[in-house]
Amino acid sequence: MVDNQTASDLIVRDADHPRDALIATFGADKPLKLDAGVSLSPFQIAYTTYGTLNADKSNAIMVCHALTGDQYVAQVHPVTKKNGWWETLIGPGKPIDPARYFVICPNVIGGCMGSSGPASTNPKTGKPWGLEFPVVTIRDMVRAQAMLLDHLGIDTLFAVVGGSMGGMQVLQWAASYPERVFAAVPIACATRHSAQNIAFHEVGRQAIMADPEWRGGRYHLEGANPRRGLAVARMGAHITYLSDAALHRKFGRKFQDRENPTFSFDADFEVESYLRHQGITFVERFDANSYLYLTRAMDYFDLAADAGGALANAFKGTPTRFCVISFTSDWLFPTSESRATVHALNAASARVSFAEIVTDKGHDAFLLDEPEMFGIVRGFLEGASRARGLTAKK
Amino acid sequence: MATMTDFNAAKIARTAGGTRVDLVLVSQMVARGAKVLDVGCGDGELLHLLGESRDVDGRGIELSREGVNECVAKGLAVIQGDADTDLGDYPDDAFDYVILSQTLQATRHPRVVLEHMLRIGRHAVVSFPNFGHWTVRLQLLFAGHMPQTDILPYSWYDTPNIHHCTIKDFVQLCNAIDVKIEKAVALNAWGSPLRLSAPWWFWNLFGEQGVFLLSRKN
Repeated sequence: MVDNQTASDLIVRDADHPRDALIATFGADKPLKLDAGVSLSPFQIAYTTYGTLNADKSNAIMVCHALTGDQYVAQVHPVTKKNGWWETLIGPGKPIDPARYFVICPNVIGGCMGSSGPASTNPKTGKPWGLEFPVVTIRDMVRAQAMLLDHLGIDTLFAVVGGSMGGMQVLQWAASYPERVFAAVPIACATRHSAQNIAFHEVGRQAIMADPEWRGGRYHLEGANPRRGLAVARMGAHITYLSDAALHRKFGRKFQDRENPTFSFDADFEVESYLRHQGITFVERFDANSYLYLTRAMDYFDLAADAGGALANAFKGTPTRFCVISFTSDWLFPTSESRATVHALNAASARVSFAEIVTDKGHDAFLLDEPEMFGIVRGFLEGASRARGLTAKK
Repeated sequence: MATMTDFNAAKIARTAGGTRVDLVLVSQMVARGAKVLDVGCGDGELLHLLGESRDVDGRGIELSREGVNECVAKGLAVIQGDADTDLGDYPDDAFDYVILSQTLQATRHPRVVLEHMLRIGRHAVVSFPNFGHWTVRLQLLFAGHMPQTDILPYSWYDTPNIHHCTIKDFVQLCNAIDVKIEKAVALNAWGSPLRLSAPWWFWNLFGEQGVFLLSRKN
C-alpha cells in the first residue's frame, strides 16, 4: 500500500486530470450558480460518451451515477481496473446499446474523478479546495449537467437514467428541465432523503471527521489521508446497500480462513473480512471530503419542499414519460418511496410506468444482474423510442 | 382482485385475428386519440389494442406484479396498484375514458370504484360476466351448486370474483348513482352482440357478458 502522502497526491491528480475521460471546461463567462448562493467559476466536468449522436441530436441518453460511482460506466476503471459499473445495462446488445443511443455519463460536481470538487485544485490558490469548496446540492449537479448538454450542443435528452443518487438526479432533471427530458428512468431512489438515510450518512461523515488524519479537512495540504475513517464510512454504508437475506446467503456465520474463533478482534467472520476489503479498496479511488459533500447533497434533496410542499407540483404538466423501478428487498430506498413518487406523478397526470422487482439483493440490486429490470428498461426505452420517432412504429 | 391474465385463461371468444371479442367491443366504444385509463389491465392486451386501433394515450393499473412488469416491458405506461385503494390518488377529469374490463366483480367496493371512475374520467366503460345468464341460472336451479362456466371457471372457494352481478343488477347500480348509460351491449357465448332491440330481460337471460359505456349525467 502506498503511503498517505502519495495516496493523497494520486487522489488530487485524478480529480484534476482524470484518465480515459473527456473534460468540458467552463470559464469565467459561464459560472455555475449554486443553491448555496455562491457561484463556482471556473469549473470543469469530466465525462465519458459511448455511441454516436444522430443528425437531429435526438438519441442522447444521460446516465447519472450514484454516490460512489463515476463516469466510467461502461469501460474499465483507470484506478481499480474493474469493468464499468453499469456494463450489465449499457453496451452492445444491452438495453442501452451505444449502437442506437449516444450515451453521456458525467462525473458529478463535488465528485473526485475529474469534475470540480473538494479534491480539485482551487484555481485561486493553486491548492486543493478541501472544505473551501462550496456545498453543492443534487440540483446543482443537474444544473452543471445541463450546462454540459449546452456545451455538447444537445437540446433535449432522449432519456435520463440513474439509480440511487443517480435516480435523484433523474427526478431533478425531470423537475428542473421537463422540456429537455423525453423519458426518465429513476431506479431505487426517492424524491427526498429520509431521516434514517440522513442518519446513516451522518455516521459515515463522523467516522471520517473522527480520523485524526482528516486534519479538519486539510489533509491534502498536510500530506495526510483519513483512509481509516473513509473505510469505516464505506463499511457502514455498504451494509445499507445489501439485505439481511443477501448477507446471510453470501456469508452466513462462516469463518474466514479458520476453523474456530480466535478469541480476538481479528476478522474471524467472512462478512467482516468482506466489509474490510470493501473499505480498503474504496479509499484507493475516493476522496474523503468528496464523500462528505456528496452525502450532504443527498441529505438536502427534497423535491416536494422545492415545489412548495406538494410533490405533484414538482411535475405539474410534465411532458416527460417516466419508468419508476424499485426492488422488494431495498430498505434504503424502499418501494413505498417509489410508490409515493408514482402517486405524485399520477396526480400530475404524468405518463408513468412503475415496476417493483422481486429480489433479495437489497439496494445494490440495481447494479447487479437483474434480468427483469433489464427487460423493463429495454421495453420502456423501445416504447419511448417509437414515440420519439427514433425507431419506426410497429 | 382478479387479473385479466386469469380471465385470459378462461375460454373467451376471439376474433379471426386472435383478439378477444369483448376487448374489440370495448375499444370500439372509445373515441380516437382519447386519454384512457385501464383499471385491471392484466397483460396489457386491451391497452395494446387501443394504441394500435384507436391511437389512444393509454395508461394502466394492474394488481399482479407479473402483469405490470410484462406491460412495462412492452412499453405500456402501467403501474402496480389496486382499483379499490388507488383510484383515489387520481385527480378529477384526468382521463377521457376509464375502463374496467372484466374486473368489476372482483373489486371489494364496486360502487365506490364506479364512482371514482366517473370522477377521474368523463366516460367509463365497464364489461363484466353476466351472472343472470341462463346457464348460470340452470346450474344453481337444477345442479344445486355454484355455477362454473367458460368465463367463470373458478370453484366458489378459490374464485377472485366476490361481487357477481347480473346485467339487471348493474343497470340498477347505474341508476342508484345517477349515471347515464350511453350504450349497452350484451355478448352471447359466441361473442356476437345480441340484437339492440331486444328487451332487458332477454339480455339478462341470453347475454353472457355485458359491456356498458357510461357518462356523468351533469
